[in-house]
Parts: sequence; structure tokens; C-alpha cells
Amino acid sequence: MTCLPAQTDRKLGLVIDLDTCVGCQACVTACKEWNTGGHMAPLTDIDPYGGHVDGVWFNRVHSYEHATAMGGRTVNFPRSCLHCDQPACVTVCPTGASYKRASDGIVLVDESKCIGCKLCSWACPYGAREFDTDVGVMKKCTLCVDRIYNNNLAEEDRVPACVAACPTSARHFGDLGDPASPVSLLVAERDGVDLMPELGYRPTNKYLPPRARTQRSATVPAPALEPVKAEGGFLGWVDRMLSN
Amino acid sequence: MHPAFSVVFFTTATGAGYGLLALLGMLGALGFVQPDFWLGFTGMALALGLITAGLLSSTGHLGRPERAWRAFSQWRSSWLSREGVLSVATYVPAGLFGIGWVLLGRIDGWITAAGLIAACGAVATVCATGMIYASLKPIAQWHSPYTLPGYLIFSAMSGLLLLNALLQGFGLGSRIGLALAVLATLVGWGWKLATWRHNDRLEIPSTANTATGLAGGTVRSLEWPHTEENYVLKEMGFRIARKHAAKLRRITQGLAFLLPALLLAAAFALPSPLAVILSVLAAIAQLSGLLVERWLFFAEAKHTVTLYYGR
Repeated sequence: MTCLPAQTDRKLGLVIDLDTCVGCQACVTACKEWNTGGHMAPLTDIDPYGGHVDGVWFNRVHSYEHATAMGGRTVNFPRSCLHCDQPACVTVCPTGASYKRASDGIVLVDESKCIGCKLCSWACPYGAREFDTDVGVMKKCTLCVDRIYNNNLAEEDRVPACVAACPTSARHFGDLGDPASPVSLLVAERDGVDLMPELGYRPTNKYLPPRARTQRSATVPAPALEPVKAEGGFLGWVDRMLSN
Repeated sequence: MHPAFSVVFFTTATGAGYGLLALLGMLGALGFVQPDFWLGFTGMALALGLITAGLLSSTGHLGRPERAWRAFSQWRSSWLSREGVLSVATYVPAGLFGIGWVLLGRIDGWITAAGLIAACGAVATVCATGMIYASLKPIAQWHSPYTLPGYLIFSAMSGLLLLNALLQGFGLGSRIGLALAVLATLVGWGWKLATWRHNDRLEIPSTANTATGLAGGTVRSLEWPHTEENYVLKEMGFRIARKHAAKLRRITQGLAFLLPALLLAAAFALPSPLAVILSVLAAIAQLSGLLVERWLFFAEAKHTVTLYYGR
């Protein structure tokens, strides 16, 4: 059923710390590795060793330069499904393949019902859904639904693969519907934000903006390199000779 | 947005087909067009042919067309599902109207009702098509008050031109029919110009700042997550060069509005065989122009995901 639940018991999601993400792509590859054998398997690769490689990924890491009056900085930015409270990708689905779970708020696709009309990917402002041209159905992040409830895994491993892989603990998993949960406290402490809040999708996942610069950080840039300018005299003659 | 030909053809063909069906159902039921086998047969065949060809074409872009029947289930929330239900449901009154008006050659009781219900179904289906696009918030050019009226106006306009050509062809052409066709074409032209003007001045609230949650300053894409174009960019990152857009807008205006208006105006002054040819040419020119218009509708639409790619 593509009507949304009035409310969900929990709001499971991710909190991504843009301050500590180093853009190593470990979450990207861990996600691909787990999910190509998981709930939405396979994450097809098309022409993987050719000149026009393409394929399905649930998590992509961009790099941006954020320039402000305080100076510029590089920000690595992981982008994946935000498991929104108002996911239009679900309500536009004509077949009932897309749904939001009332128990934990996870947005999933039932592959056996998907007709591959791609409308859900148009309705997602964040580009989270990717079409599998080989299987002919839409695929998306499952929040590793086959890990987080998996009793065959050790308790500490029952987190999404991207969270388990992150070497800098830039990714956190938990119940964002519970104001007392560690992830909610983290969001409150660091002023976590929604992406494109103006569209009204009310994403569950939150992003923690980079921390403000401190006095401890280097403020004096490295000395500029000497400019290479044409010189006259003997050194100029040597320079011209060597340049030929 | 990537302009898939199956969807461009689908929306243009069904728009014209439902426009013609609505006019035939309404004018037939109200007695403005008397039952006539060949006129009715040609008209209904043309309307239902365009609708059916469009609907079949729309399944062409599905990944799993064999499951298309599932799309009738989610009409509570999905405009695409509503469009599917309405389009199939409209065949029932349209078929009954065809049997009564064309085969039995009369217009009374249930045949009148069927004609009017088919006309309502046609209008409702076009509304559902328009709402599929108008309801998508990530695409500001579509999530606009111009989209739904645009689909209805272009459907009525192309339907009127087809009906005029049809009536002219069966010797039932009238000055009122020609005048309405010209008027509809001018209204359509005005609406398209107003839509382009609105889109060109659009201030999209989403920016690279809101997309990344990085407040203030400028956010510039340094590096994409992938070296080749992926599904997201192929489907939603389609870009059209400004100079091509300007040229295609001129082609749209020439083929869909200017040429049909001139041909129909000339048909006023000319005797029957020439007026028929000009009316048919006007309808063909307009449908070709609308295909270009619909292609641009997709090509010029910008999806918010492109913000992540610095586009």
C-alpha cells in the first residue's frame, strides 16, 4: 500500500557527520559488498571493465568546496536514501511496490511488484533511487534491513554495513523518533540539519555540519612559491639557454 | 529530465485522442453532430486509435511491462495509478457510445449518457496525466500552476483541430468550427508563451547549500562520486544547450501554433476541397509541433538532484 502510515513506531535512520567524514569511500564499498548479496540483490554492474561502466549503488560520496567568509574547506558528502517521513517516492508508486514500514519507518521496494516505471526516482529530490536496467526494477537503500534485525550476527554488528565500515565514526545509526536516543542527542548537540527542508519531505537522516574553525587550526598559509619571471643579465642568459 | 520518446509520444497522442473523444462524446450526445456511420466510425477510430497507441507506447519505457496490470491498484495515492484506472475505465462508456452512436446510428437515453460519461472520463484522464507531472516537487518547472491547465488546453486544442479536419472531410465543416480551432490554437500559444516566461524567471528555492546542508557561502562540486554517467544523471541530469532550446521553441511555435492558425485562417476563404486539405494539414502540423513541445517539456525541466553534481 503506497499510502503512508500516519505515524511509525520508530524512525530508524542515519546521522552523518560532515566534520569527520574523510571521503574514503569505505561506506560505499561496504554497502555495495553487503547489498549485492542482500535484500535487494544483485546490485548489477553494467560493463564493469569497459569504457562506459555503470551500475547500481545505494550510497555515493561527493566532494565539495565550501567557501565562506571564514575561509574555504573541503567537505565530503555521503548521499543515500534519507528514509523520509513524507516520502513522495512511495505515494507516487502505482503498484504498491514502494512502501514505508509502520514499525520502523524504513522505505523499501518490493521487487516482485515493481514495474520499473521510474516515477519514484523522479519524485525523490535526493537521487537516492537507482534503476537496475538488467533486472528492470528500481532499487534503493534498505538501511540494511537484513543486518539490523539479523540474529545470526553479533549484536554489535547489527548496524548498516556503511556504519560498521566507517573508520572515522562519521556515520551513526539509531532511532531518530526517540528524543532520548544517542543519535537524537547527537543531532541536538551538533545542530543537525535536514537536506532540502523547503521541499517538505522531512528526511529522517540528519547531517551534522562541519564544526566551526578554532584558534588551534593553522591560520597562516604556507609561503607562496616564488614566481618564475624572466631575468636579465648572466642568470637570464643561463635560464634562456637551459630553457631551449 | 531525459525526454524518453515513448513518454513524449504517449502524452501527445493520448492528449489529442482524449480531446477528440471528449468533443465527439459531448457534441454527439447533445445532438450538435448528427449520427453518421462513416463520420462516427472515422472519428471514434481516430480518437481511440491515438489513445490506444499512446497507452501501448507508455508501457515501452517500463522495466517490467508484463506486470503493468499492477499499476491499477494504488489509485488512493498515485496519480499514475489514477491515470491508468481512468484511461481503462473510459474505454467502457466510449465503447458503448461508439456502439450506439456509430453502429446503431441513434442518440437517446443510454447512448447520450455514455457519450457524456466518455467525455468526462477523457477530461479526467488528461487531468491525471497533468497531475503526474504537476505533483513532482523536485522539478520546479513541472510543479507549477501552469502544468495542469497546459495539458488540458493542449488536449482540447489538438482535439478541436482533429474534429475540424474530420467535419470538413465529411462536408460538415463550418465557420464556427474553424473559428473555434483558430481560437483554441491562439489560446494554446498564449499559454505556452506564459509558461516559458514563468519558467525562465523561476527562482528555485533549493540550492547547493540546502541540498548539502552547508549554510552560507558557496558550495562548489569538486569531485563526483563516479567517473561515468550513472542512472541518476542519465535519467534526471539531461541538459539541453541554450541555443538548441531557443531554436526548438521557435520550431514549436511555428509548427504547433503559427502554421495551423494560418492554414485554418486560409481555409475560411477557400472552397471545400482546399479547405479540407488545409484543415488536415493544420492538424498534422500541430501534432508534430506538440511532439517538439513535449520533448522540450522534459528537456528543459531541471531536477533538484542535479544540484549535487554542480549542474
